[in-house]
Amino acid sequence: MSAAAATVADGAAATGVVGRILASRFVAVTVVAVAIIAVWYVGALLLNTPGEREADARAHLQPGFSEFVQRAWNQSRPVLPSPHQVGVELYKSVILLPPTSKRSLVYHAWVTLSSTVVGFAIGTLLGILLAAAIVHARTLDRSLMPWIVSSQTVPILAIAPMIIVVLAAINITGLLPKAIISTYLSFFPVTVGMVKGLRSPDPMHVDIMHTYNASRWQVFWKLRLPSALPFLFVSMKVAVAASLVGAIVGELPTGAVAGLGARLLTGSYYGQTVQMWAALVVASLLAGALVGSVGIVQRIVLARMGIARR
Amino acid sequence: MSAQRDAWQAWAALVCFVAALAMPLTVAGGGQLYLLGGGTRSILVALIILLAVVAAIRPAGRAVADLLLAVAAVATVAWALISLPKVEARPELGYWALVASAWLLCWRLVANLSVVDGRGMRARLLRIAVPVVFGLTVLFLWEVLVRGFAVSPVLLPPPSAVWARLTGSVPLLFDDFRQTFLKAVLAGYAIGCGAGFIVALLIDRVPFLKRGLLPIGNLVSALPMVGIAPIMVMWFGFDWPSKAAVVVVMTFFPMLVNTVVGLDAAERTERDLMQTYAADHRQTLIKLRLPAALPFIFNGLKINTTLALIGAIVAEFFGTPIVGMGFRISTAVGRLSIDMVWAEIAVAALAGSAFYGVMALVERACTFWHPSFRTRVN
Repeated sequence: MSAAAATVADGAAATGVVGRILASRFVAVTVVAVAIIAVWYVGALLLNTPGEREADARAHLQPGFSEFVQRAWNQSRPVLPSPHQVGVELYKSVILLPPTSKRSLVYHAWVTLSSTVVGFAIGTLLGILLAAAIVHARTLDRSLMPWIVSSQTVPILAIAPMIIVVLAAINITGLLPKAIISTYLSFFPVTVGMVKGLRSPDPMHVDIMHTYNASRWQVFWKLRLPSALPFLFVSMKVAVAASLVGAIVGELPTGAVAGLGARLLTGSYYGQTVQMWAALVVASLLAGALVGSVGIVQRIVLARMGIARR
Repeated sequence: MSAQRDAWQAWAALVCFVAALAMPLTVAGGGQLYLLGGGTRSILVALIILLAVVAAIRPAGRAVADLLLAVAAVATVAWALISLPKVEARPELGYWALVASAWLLCWRLVANLSVVDGRGMRARLLRIAVPVVFGLTVLFLWEVLVRGFAVSPVLLPPPSAVWARLTGSVPLLFDDFRQTFLKAVLAGYAIGCGAGFIVALLIDRVPFLKRGLLPIGNLVSALPMVGIAPIMVMWFGFDWPSKAAVVVVMTFFPMLVNTVVGLDAAERTERDLMQTYAADHRQTLIKLRLPAALPFIFNGLKINTTLALIGAIVAEFFGTPIVGMGFRISTAVGRLSIDMVWAEIAVAALAGSAFYGVMALVERACTFWHPSFRTRVN
């Protein structure tokens, strides 16, 4: 009886395991990612075929199918580089070269990252301060807030090249102009989110602070700010991604000196597609790392405050 | 409540104004500036002072006081702007006192107007008027400060120069607008959002795909997708199709994610009800789940309006025929004609807001039943 029960339980466990594997998000994401890479390979083959045919015809080669595929996936200037080419390029420019080399992607990523982080920090601080002012001053709320909200609909990134060139005209170059672009891209979402957050406390809680005879300052520190933190982290995730975009676009008009944006631009000038894709992958990894680290800080802070993450 | 305490602005404006009368406006033409000697001008001055005092002393929220304050503010601003060409060479303390008093009066006006509360036509008009007055004040200060301190037009052109450039080159700006917005943005937006929507409907039928694609879609939405711009320019050439392709890629994932999340928005009980009616998948989709998903879908559509414009403009930085907003911005920056850049940015801002506004209006027409719109009626 017990043995029979055990086998039945085993059977249930087996389907349970298969079901759970199929149901797990990790497996699903992995499968989809693998599928995307497969589609990428097929796409690389299709897009590189015309060029490869031409090259073969010029070289009077008649490769078999598998050899043709091999060559199409390993062109030096492909229309769409295959994933392993990008991987090799990444390995070469991240691991093999020293981080100080001008061809190392670590160096370029660092240039972009530093202005992103500086701009993001200033932008977040400004956004919080402005939100605090807006919540406490009705005049600002009525007059400035509509502009901040509508500025979200404006393609504000278009100002980036102007800021770079104008600041260069008064001899401000390097990290600061890019950081300014990141600042203004990150500060709008933070302001909007924080205004919402600082207004989020339950009116009952505000009332109870009143009955404690709490000053505005105390209400702000002990009630409004803590209850705004979940909103702050959500908007910081948006803001840090926007900062990175700002820093990359800010690197375009500087004459392509350094940074991931410059790497993209030189790649497009010289037709180095593999280099562009490698820069793009690093930019994506950077974005993922930045958003992820905001997420980690969020989890730690909210856990210590005792606010469960919803 | 705070109105009484804020009355200091009007008093300060009065003090500044008296100072403006007592001190010369410019180095060169000091004579005409001790204003009480002039004819019509002195009457105007006296009027302004009187109005300012009245408006400062009367409590806020009274229509008469607000009106007087508005007249005083407009008169001071007008005076400062009219005398701007005369003092442009070397404005003196008196002129800055005048500007300060104009600024304080505008501030007071905005503060007064924002106290008004409640519903009805007047409150609604004021809710629009307050940011407009604020924006005009900023424009006024920008103009006066830039021209007063003789800031180089390479650094920051005054709004009047931008306006002159804007009205002077309408055909050029319209060509850019047509190339970037009417061709690249609209085509890319329609294809990107349409594809995102259709793919969302497809993967909605396969829970496994949904679990796998949703996190990836969320991740991709945070990536710096504008980076693909140079690649698209390589693939699709210099003209607008490459920009449209960037827009397609940028708008696809936000639309996909929002639609997939929205399709889950219908409540369990509502779906059960559809099942008891023996509704098939298509009927449930059309009659229940798509309507319930509309707020999310429109959220994606609205986010994408801005993304689409950004994608098209940035893609033009990487190569374009000799027309287009991004092209114009980058070449004007190269030639240091910053007023042209600002004019183009104004067009882009207008186009972006209008695009967003149209989407918001369509949303309102389609989701009038949603609580976020319904509450306002009662």
